[in-house]
Amino acid sequence: MTGSLNVIGYGIAAIGPAIATGMIFAAYISGVARQPESRSVLQPIAFLGFAMAEALALFGLVLAFVL
Amino acid sequence: MINLKLEGGEEFTPPGVKDFNLPPIVEGLDFLTKVNLLVFLAVLIISVFFIAASRKASVVPSKLQFSGELVYSFVRDGLARDILGPEFMRFVPYLFSLFTFVLVNNVFAIVPGLQFSSMMHVGFPYALAICTYVVYHFVGIKKQGLGHYLKGIAFMPGVPKPIYILLTPIEIATFFVVRPFTLGLRLFANMFAGHLLLLVFILGGEHLLAGSIGLQLVSPFAFIMGIALTFFEFMVQCLQAYIFTLLTALYIAGSLADEH
Repeated sequence: MTGSLNVIGYGIAAIGPAIATGMIFAAYISGVARQPESRSVLQPIAFLGFAMAEALALFGLVLAFVL
Repeated sequence: MINLKLEGGEEFTPPGVKDFNLPPIVEGLDFLTKVNLLVFLAVLIISVFFIAASRKASVVPSKLQFSGELVYSFVRDGLARDILGPEFMRFVPYLFSLFTFVLVNNVFAIVPGLQFSSMMHVGFPYALAICTYVVYHFVGIKKQGLGHYLKGIAFMPGVPKPIYILLTPIEIATFFVVRPFTLGLRLFANMFAGHLLLLVFILGGEHLLAGSIGLQLVSPFAFIMGIALTFFEFMVQCLQAYIFTLLTALYIAGSLADEH
């Protein structure tokens, strides 16, 4: 069995951004559920936070391929 | 990679980066690849559709006009007006072409017969990301002046002085390196990973058909999974087009804001 350890490392590294993304959208959903009219205010903030958290996962993906 | 050789069958080669290197359609014409043709096809489809949708505009819209206006109002009201504030109309053309171009190119990845997206080659998302990079810096410099704009990035107001040691390098890296880098990479990586995922299930299912009777019975599940993931991919493609446009609008809004 051969393969690249990088991919396993990437799998472990993706846990962090995965939890972060889950927490961001959990907060967004509960915010909208409590106050539905705040949706348009919260949506860009939630997606900006999601984009930042996902950026970390993307760095991991690049390193998994590059190294 | 794991050796998945079946008894008496040929060896399974897992799909990888090599599956994305499409040769030129005509030998010797290096620019004439499927990837380039898909970009021109996307431009053609978008132009024809929106010209046809807006040509005979009437108060009671036809189905075509309605669908064209639906996409337009989604970008104008849902993205531009909510995020950019009173000056949003200037940026609607850019955001709208960005959204439709990315969306049509993304959806090519699951259109039967095409099933490839130019966004799976890293150059195309990065070209778009560079456009956004130039736009939001240009807007910021024009609105605030070069010195004031750079000062706003490096020294965010309302922060205790010692924090600047930490904050300034992070902010500079965010504005000049991380934002364009991740903007292009996010789109590319999602499209790339999605195509790879579909390849794994479809090619894997095909390979199982060459095995023993037990493996042949399993292979339909691989194909069903492949079909289900195709619909999942459609969702991802729409979401990525939306996120790309949303982030562009957010970055422009950040440059427009007088105070950070």
